[in-house]
Amino acid sequence: MSTTSDTGGPLLRVRGLTVGFPTAAGSVEVVKSLDFELARGGALGIVGESGSGKSMTSLAIMGLLPKGARRTGSIEFDGTELTALRERAMRAVRGDRIAMIFQDPLSSLNPYYTVGTQIAEAYRSHRKGVTRRQARAVAIEAMERVHIHDAARRVDHYPHQFSGGMRQRVMIAMMLSMEPELLIADEPTTALDVTVQAQILDLLAEIRADTGAGLILITHDLAVVSEVTDHIVVMREGELVEQGPVERIFTDPREAYTRMLLDAVPRIDDEIGLLKTTASAEEDR
Amino acid sequence: MSDGSEPLLRATHLVKEFAVGGGLLGRGRRFTAVDDVSLEVRTGETLALVGESGSGKSTTARLIARLLDVTAGDIEFAGRPVHALTGKALHAYRGEVQVVFQDPYSSLNPKHTVERIVTAPLVYQKRPIPGGARAFTGALMERVGLNPDHSARFPAQFSGGQAQRIGIARALAVSPKLIIADEAVSALDVSVQAQVINLLRRLQEEEGFSYLFIAHDLAVVRQIATRVAVMNGGRIVETGDRDQVFDSPRDEYTRKLLAAVPRIRPEWDAERRRNEQARKDREREEAGR
Repeated sequence: MSTTSDTGGPLLRVRGLTVGFPTAAGSVEVVKSLDFELARGGALGIVGESGSGKSMTSLAIMGLLPKGARRTGSIEFDGTELTALRERAMRAVRGDRIAMIFQDPLSSLNPYYTVGTQIAEAYRSHRKGVTRRQARAVAIEAMERVHIHDAARRVDHYPHQFSGGMRQRVMIAMMLSMEPELLIADEPTTALDVTVQAQILDLLAEIRADTGAGLILITHDLAVVSEVTDHIVVMREGELVEQGPVERIFTDPREAYTRMLLDAVPRIDDEIGLLKTTASAEEDR
Repeated sequence: MSDGSEPLLRATHLVKEFAVGGGLLGRGRRFTAVDDVSLEVRTGETLALVGESGSGKSTTARLIARLLDVTAGDIEFAGRPVHALTGKALHAYRGEVQVVFQDPYSSLNPKHTVERIVTAPLVYQKRPIPGGARAFTGALMERVGLNPDHSARFPAQFSGGQAQRIGIARALAVSPKLIIADEAVSALDVSVQAQVINLLRRLQEEEGFSYLFIAHDLAVVRQIATRVAVMNGGRIVETGDRDQVFDSPRDEYTRKLLAAVPRIRPEWDAERRRNEQARKDREREEAGR
């Protein structure tokens, strides 16, 4: 599909990424000189608590930072320097080669249009010369691929007629129709029930296996990244704390902050005891 | 735990229906959110009520807190019926049963200081404030791990975890016998969540009150529950001691729920503990040299 692919390098290489917001008191940096890579076909988890800068990192890659934000550093996607692209060229990458899903699918879907229209129009905006009829067929096929039963009928339903989990499937279908090379999922299952979460995570794994797309999963949930990703970046207050292969991070964390996070996660199948916290109640004052 | 004795709270055959749709003559369809729910909370224990969204767990909590009226069924607290309480008697009940909500910011008045928030339940019940508002608030803040010097601050000046501690302090102000925690730690970052869980456990050990702990997160529930009741579709599908429910669930839905919980591999945890121990030994050796 792309002319520059198979450069042999990683799918995504981020170097010295910094995101700052100018304020009266100078620039406030919410992402500070971040370096990481995503291998082709790899799954990278970016984990952190609120304020860690993990979501800003994904928006920076997508070129979707809020107004006023300043982005510096390098974001190389399949050999192309994204920070050098003009908005028009970036639009061709975004949604088409790099697709993103968010925590709340309802706010990403327009309540006034059927899901089929939205998937089809998103597709047509990136594929010139495709007819409405063709795009509708693509939408139905994409909905079938994310296991929405009776897709030929459901394609004409509105977002409110779908449950939270089904809406997230619709978003994934929209993303899939474009056959992206990189999926960025920002807390995609945080608002979902645990049984639905399991289905969506299975679906993402299935899509990766089928298409070979790379995945960046942004989440606060260490158990989820441990199951889904092969490489982990731990962030705190805009900074990279540590990164490494998933098993190394979980078996031999090098940084005190990572160890604290792992100690704080309640386990469903491990010992029950006082959850260890480095910051005691008194330090929290 | 007083085995065999009267439970602190006993709810029997609770039903809550809501009107949905409406219809021209006000004869809309009815939706049964809570469908024949019976449960007991014993003195000093934590009963966790778990389920997914729409399971009826929060509605059940609200019925017990008397924030909603039952359609049918009985609620007894310390042997006395509470579903028909009004006026003074209802006030007294609210002193015995307190609720801590999920979102501390929306459940705390943003225009009130911590002191006013924490003493409000006593003021509302026209009860004297032991030792005066300042000292009383300071003592409560210390018990929940907050700096008593911050009693004149407003909720927005605290982090999410600290704000939740204020909510807990307010619940403690009236020395309740039962605290209903409705997703009380769900919105917190994992490190803060661990602190608040530890705080809730410590307070229970100190005070001996009971929790009705409403949550969707089974891993959290496992850390705090004495017994667990699993809800699905408005009904309790299984009730049992914590270890029984987690280790040998009887109901199919419970099994499905447990299987869906994402988990860190226990063998990774085991290896991490070994590595951690080795690291500590190494540090000790180097320090001793």
